[in-house]
Amino acid sequence: MDVIIGLTTKDAVIVATSMAAVRGVSILKSDDDKTRVVAPHTLVAYTGEPGDTVQFAEYVQANIQLHGMRNETELSPPAITSFVRSELAKSLRSRKPYQVNILIAGYDTATEKPYLYWVDYLASSAQLPYAAHGYAAYYTLSLLDRWHKKDISLDEGMKIMEMCVTELRTRLPIDFKGVQIKIIDRDGVRTV
Amino acid sequence: MSDPSSINGGSVVAMVGKDCVAIGCDMRLGMQALTVSNDFPKIFQFNNAFLGLTGLATDVITLSEVFRYKVNLYNLREERKIEPETFANLVSSSLYEKRFGPYFVGPVVAGINSKSGKPYICGFDLIGCINFAKDFVVGGTSSEQLFGMCESLWEPDLEPDDLFETISQSLLNAQDRDALSGWGAIVYIITKDKVVKRLLKTRQD
Repeated sequence: MDVIIGLTTKDAVIVATSMAAVRGVSILKSDDDKTRVVAPHTLVAYTGEPGDTVQFAEYVQANIQLHGMRNETELSPPAITSFVRSELAKSLRSRKPYQVNILIAGYDTATEKPYLYWVDYLASSAQLPYAAHGYAAYYTLSLLDRWHKKDISLDEGMKIMEMCVTELRTRLPIDFKGVQIKIIDRDGVRTV
Repeated sequence: MSDPSSINGGSVVAMVGKDCVAIGCDMRLGMQALTVSNDFPKIFQFNNAFLGLTGLATDVITLSEVFRYKVNLYNLREERKIEPETFANLVSSSLYEKRFGPYFVGPVVAGINSKSGKPYICGFDLIGCINFAKDFVVGGTSSEQLFGMCESLWEPDLEPDDLFETISQSLLNAQDRDALSGWGAIVYIITKDKVVKRLLKTRQD
């Protein structure tokens, strides 16, 4: 019942991930970070099978960083998504596929545009204005449909994100220990 | 429920008219009943051929990339554009290559042969069996509804404008009776020297 939500604003992407690490009926950790920074302006947030998630995220992170060092360039968010999707698609038809659902949030410094991609474990991908995975999607997408608009400011975006988290607190049956919020914009990735 | 070809939803249809062809698709991407995106077109252009891909979204994306790669290589090797008939055989053999671990798709090809000017449409099953048709072909989760609509609206030798009306009404009324298709539509009307792409306004439920 992990929560991951992402939404784009005029020149940034806001990503919220729940801080509880749950195993069975126990909460093992209440400051868990379900994200990896794969490039200076791109963040990957993940949920899914424990073990697969971190393994896969760190695998793509290492390969993207290697590419960055070899070519002395930063991959754009669409290019990173294309790479992550192809790795998941390869894995899907292997003996034991990675069961990882992913949001890729990035800021393209060349075109000066924010990007949010939704990728599931089947390697279906879509570029979206706002997205969520798992049960959180059922509660938050209706709110986002109602309030999200193109080119909103960062403050407006944060307000909408707060509405989503409040809704999840009231509706989800177990405590997800709040969310950690990361913002990706022209200055890179920062936690708030 | 977990049938791969109806997880994400989506439909395509292609029709033949008088010296023209049309191909249309919906715009939905879903996960079961939840709609994830309403901007997921399923028609891709490869030179003179148009390919509509329905089924499992991951395979729709993968195959569109595979065919882009193969058609680019064809262009370099042959130094000419690929014709719809040739492209249909490329689709067929590429799908049959994965006979015992198939891509879960229902492709449709439409186009006009640039040499002969003859309209061409065909459909496939997931392992590449070609279904050549002189009238119309359908694919996707609302294929049954599309068969009904096409069967009652289509007539031979429609002019481009009338063909547009026929294919649009068939697609729109079929997808309105399917929970897994809809949320927008795109229709291409292809004549020998012109391609018109139209975005249709549709119900948003």
